[in-house]
Amino acid sequence: MFDNIQEIFSTLKQNKLRAIMTGFSVAWGIFMLILLLGSGNGLQNGMENNFKGSSKNALWIWSRRTQVAYDGLKAGRRIQFNNQDVTALDRKFSDDFDDITGRYSIGGEASFTYDNEYGTFRVEGVNPTFKKISIMNHTDGRFINDLDIQEYRKVVVISDPVEKALFKDSTSIGHYVKINKVPFLVVGTYEDLENKERKKAYIPLSTSQRVFNGNNKLSEIAIATNALTVEENKKIEENVRLLLAERHKVSPDDKQALGVWNTLEHFKQSQGIFAGIRIFIWVIGVMTIIAGIVGVSNIMIILVKERTKEIGVRKAIGATPLSVIRLVLSESIFITAFSGFFGLVAGMGLLSIVSMALEQAGSQVERAFWNPSADLGVALWALAILIIAGLIAGYVPARKASAIRPIEALHDD
Amino acid sequence: MAIIKIKKLEKIYNPKRIPVKALNGIDLSFEEGEFTALVAPSGAGKTTFLNMLGGLDEPTNGTIEINGVRIDNLSASEKTKFRLRNIGFVFQAYNLIPVLTAAENIEFIMELQGVSKKERAKRSMELLEAVGIPDKANIRPMQLSGGQQQRVAVARALASKPKFVLADEPTANLDSKSTENLLDIMLQLNKKENITFIFATHDARVVKKARRVITFEDGKVIKDENFE
Ligand SMILES: Nc1ncnc2c1ncn2[C@@H]1O[C@H](COP(=O)(O)OP(=O)(O)OP(=O)(O)O)[C@@H](O)[C@H]1O
Ligand SMILES: [Mg+2]
Repeated sequence: MFDNIQEIFSTLKQNKLRAIMTGFSVAWGIFMLILLLGSGNGLQNGMENNFKGSSKNALWIWSRRTQVAYDGLKAGRRIQFNNQDVTALDRKFSDDFDDITGRYSIGGEASFTYDNEYGTFRVEGVNPTFKKISIMNHTDGRFINDLDIQEYRKVVVISDPVEKALFKDSTSIGHYVKINKVPFLVVGTYEDLENKERKKAYIPLSTSQRVFNGNNKLSEIAIATNALTVEENKKIEENVRLLLAERHKVSPDDKQALGVWNTLEHFKQSQGIFAGIRIFIWVIGVMTIIAGIVGVSNIMIILVKERTKEIGVRKAIGATPLSVIRLVLSESIFITAFSGFFGLVAGMGLLSIVSMALEQAGSQVERAFWNPSADLGVALWALAILIIAGLIAGYVPARKASAIRPIEALHDD
Repeated sequence: MAIIKIKKLEKIYNPKRIPVKALNGIDLSFEEGEFTALVAPSGAGKTTFLNMLGGLDEPTNGTIEINGVRIDNLSASEKTKFRLRNIGFVFQAYNLIPVLTAAENIEFIMELQGVSKKERAKRSMELLEAVGIPDKANIRPMQLSGGQQQRVAVARALASKPKFVLADEPTANLDSKSTENLLDIMLQLNKKENITFIFATHDARVVKKARRVITFEDGKVIKDENFE
């Protein structure tokens, strides 16, 4: 079909500016589509990064002050979870839970020392199962285990940046660090999936409560449910909330006293939002491409008009209408495919540059916008759209060309 | 046995507004292998007549039969096929395709006929040599002189080995030597391949070589002479 590229070029050369403008509009359309799709992916990847550190059907529950007076107690009372809450929840709803664990955060930040190095980092007491609810990558050593809990061992698992801060490039495992002056043995290091820069350390929950005056206090309860749908998870959330309210004498209507983060609900919500954004992007992109198609169609009609005589001559000496249609269509497809290809490459190029820049910027942007790429599938789609667009754009002008009557074309000199 | 039979041929342009009677009752027949000149003053209807004969335009009245086929009755696409197989045109205004080179212009019809690329290239080169401009093969019409365009137009008409060549003033822009050359080529093809040539011309040099001279005036045949 394209063995007459020379011919197409020389035709377009005679209408250089118009051809360039049209080509540009198509290139722009594809460029925008790729950019929009890539940005959509970027936003979605950023959103998914927000959920990466947590099991998808997790419930995180923390306590605040009551807002409503209830059962003879005044409003404004501070609620404090404890180990018994976890036991009670687990006993009652064990069928609904995959895992449940309490977490105790040491107030403020704890001071860490090793050798001459010093830093203040967050410390949390957790159980071994915590790892299943808050997902992390182990880089070295192990996590807190059951023996640590039972024997109130003073062991600590630190995030990579903590290791870096205290140990520089040497290994931390097997060394003791002092946390608020108490020596703890480093048994493992991990990478925080939500935020690679986060400086944080985990110690056994039992140890944290004993050493740092927690008694049996808990800051938070984390639950991995076995719910498959948002509704199921919502129902479990409600039951958990009611039981905790009852245990702490909170009015069932006091929504403020107990804070709950329902991961599945939020995950699905943002997925819904992104489905919407995706549709929006396609609509905009397709409309841009339609504008390009109209442009190409227009220039082709003008070209056909200018070439009326030439096409008439072709037909006069024996060119069939079909061969004329093929001529115009191949030109139209050529313009769209050729210029669209530039838009495609430019769009993909820009996306990969942005992607690289984000990689450099790292964790500051990781959770908002990440890896904005249009994959090969999208590119192939775009290419298919271009060819089809070229066909559509060429249809009207091709019909016009094939309808030219040779005798009329020969007459007007 | 006449290969072309024309009866009571009439062409009226603008029948509704200001009618122009370009052809006014032509009765003619042509034998296979003729080499004929149509001579007439400007505006007498030569171009109109050739267009009818080539199936480019419909007569208002009358019939044209070529090889036993009524071409005035054919559909547009049948006419296109008929032209492709049978007729080589040399238009008065050359009408080369501006986006194609000289060689491509010549090869164009052969391409439509499905002649192989190699064969096409060979034939177009032969023809360009015959019309004396083999060095212009890759030049586009814009960069050719009128006479050179005319030669390409003639070469194009001959490329597809048509049964008939209808030529409208094919020598109008040629010097004596080129005219002589072109006429020799056409006479040779006429003899060797038995191609029928019909020229519309004012050119005495063409008339001299023609074996039959038909004179038109005001859309009518006023003289029809044979020279052997
Ligand atoms: N498309 C047309 N519409 C109206 N009148 C036309 C048209 N084409 C030709 N004519 C008229 O028909 C008559 C014959 O024209 P034609 O072109 O056949 O003459 P010709 O013999 O070829 O002249 P020339 O030697 O100048 O080429 C002329 O009077 C011309 O004005
Ligand atoms: Mg004429």
